[in-house]
Amino acid sequence: MQIGMEALIQICNLWKIFESHQPENRRQASDIELDALGRLPGNRVAVKEVSLSVGAGEIFVVMGLSGSGKSTLLRMINGLISPTAGTVEIEGRGLDALRGQDLLAMRRSTMAMVFQSFALFPQRTALENAAFGLEVAGVPRRQRLQRAEQALTRVGLGQDLQRRPSELSGGMRQRVGLARALALDPPILLMDEAFSALDPLIRRDMQDLLIDLQREHRRTIVFISHDLDEAVRLGDRIALMQDGRLLQCGTAEDLLCSPSSSAVSTFFDAVDPTAVISVGAIAEPASVPLQIHPDDSIAPRLSASTLIKDAIPIVASAQAAIPVLDDNKQVIGMVDPRAILRSLQRR
Amino acid sequence: MTDLISPFFGQSSMVATAADAVVAWLLLNGVLLFDGINALILGFAEVCELLLMAPSPLLMAVLVACVGFWRVSGGFALLCLVGLNLVVVMGLWEPMVSTLALVLAASLLALLIGLPLGVLGARQRWAWQLTRPMLDLMQTMPAFVYLIPAVMLFGTGAVPAIIATLIFSMPPVVRLTVLGIRQVPEDLIEAGRSFGCSEWQLLQKVQLPNALPTVMTGVNQTIMLALSMVVIASMIGGGGLGDVVLQGIQQLNIGLGFEGGIAVVILAVILDRLTQSLSAPPPRALPERIRSIVDLWRIR
Repeated sequence: MQIGMEALIQICNLWKIFESHQPENRRQASDIELDALGRLPGNRVAVKEVSLSVGAGEIFVVMGLSGSGKSTLLRMINGLISPTAGTVEIEGRGLDALRGQDLLAMRRSTMAMVFQSFALFPQRTALENAAFGLEVAGVPRRQRLQRAEQALTRVGLGQDLQRRPSELSGGMRQRVGLARALALDPPILLMDEAFSALDPLIRRDMQDLLIDLQREHRRTIVFISHDLDEAVRLGDRIALMQDGRLLQCGTAEDLLCSPSSSAVSTFFDAVDPTAVISVGAIAEPASVPLQIHPDDSIAPRLSASTLIKDAIPIVASAQAAIPVLDDNKQVIGMVDPRAILRSLQRR
Repeated sequence: MTDLISPFFGQSSMVATAADAVVAWLLLNGVLLFDGINALILGFAEVCELLLMAPSPLLMAVLVACVGFWRVSGGFALLCLVGLNLVVVMGLWEPMVSTLALVLAASLLALLIGLPLGVLGARQRWAWQLTRPMLDLMQTMPAFVYLIPAVMLFGTGAVPAIIATLIFSMPPVVRLTVLGIRQVPEDLIEAGRSFGCSEWQLLQKVQLPNALPTVMTGVNQTIMLALSMVVIASMIGGGGLGDVVLQGIQQLNIGLGFEGGIAVVILAVILDRLTQSLSAPPPRALPERIRSIVDLWRIR
């Protein structure tokens, strides 16, 4: 989490064990007891000792192969699945303390979910689908249809309000799914492999749409994905899960440059490092002390947060090494073609 | 040898004596209750018959044809008109209407009990475990077996006929309601819950609308079964078309039996198509279809 960001979702030592017998209350159980419980025949550990916090306004991607427990983790955030042990706090309120009506009220006002399978109601039109959350929350008909229409227009379906899901393509259906969540205007969006079922090109469109939406109005988004490129593209931070455990959590650059285990680096084998690493990380101290006049706008320069991929054309066409500036316009080092090649070789 | 077998004979006759005893006890102690039920159902059936007899046969045929045109098709409307007039020509209008009244009364009662039972059975395991053997019993027990106690408890006439029909025709709507609700995809249920549906909202906004086509098939099946049972129930004085068929059989009057049979078929086809159409939207918007027919007229 970036400094200065308040934690909106706080997860502390969360466990979920699917038990073959009637589950008992194990809130007080220790990790060792829970571990033993998970090993009993018939029981399956879905999430194990996960602690993390998601800051307000960030896109937090939970990455992992299927069966790694990421969908279970997401469903414990909105209480669809109740944890075996550990706590989930939303806006500082513990989820296990919420009962009945309070839990429903929290789901209606604080978070909305987008599903991999779209999960649209087939007998409702796009407009009625988008208005579903508001209808459940008891918003009057005219008002909710108006807000649903706004949401549909925003995702580019302003012309298809009266069509039913069966008459829409996959990408359009997921736009309706997204509009259904947006119509509620919740501070938190939960996206369960939301774009995984779409064609690659349409998936890219949807990712762009999400980035645009985030630029207009920052929401906290917990995004489940098994696609690493998607995770790198969307995620402010990425949490990597395997077998129910949290392997590592950080920015894509953290995970790529300083993996905590070989499992993490294996995950990142296929990723394009130039799309992840910024020039700030590879800038080398200048051999000759260099002074740049702040007003000298003609000479090429790079900001430390620029990705290598975006810096390559500038570096390639420059005569000499290019200075890299941090946010305060201070030179932190130089980048030349050799530095870029070395950064690729390092892996 | 006889000594070995006799205990088993003794046991099987115990079932018979138990059934006898239950009916006898009910006869003795439940007179008021059964008289009450009797009056209630009889009143209901008579109101149904009165309403259906009120318009003249021709007006009724035109009304049915109009509904048929709206919900099904022009061809079906024509079939209604011709079929119902054939019934009038055969002189079977009154028996047909009283059969229809019996069917309506019995199936309305069956739906009134069956639909909530199905919803409960779909959502609660214990309820389904309780209802399922009862449904098996109701469907497989030969109808004549409960026609006789029905006569003993309610006398002959329309009421025992309705009760027997109710028992026979209720299972499909319960079963198909349970099936329909259980078949609603898990991800839709999850979507409903994630948007904060209460249990009631989940049922009303997600489960029932998605189960509707299957539930309507159950309603259709219940009505069709009710029709077939009402004809059999003429043996205990249910009246209507069943009487005509029964007369035909008893007097070996093939023509009369055939007429009664055809009237039953006409009624069955109309009821089947109309109830089936209730679960689907009409084939095309009505104003549009009327316009196309008016246009046809103008061209001439």
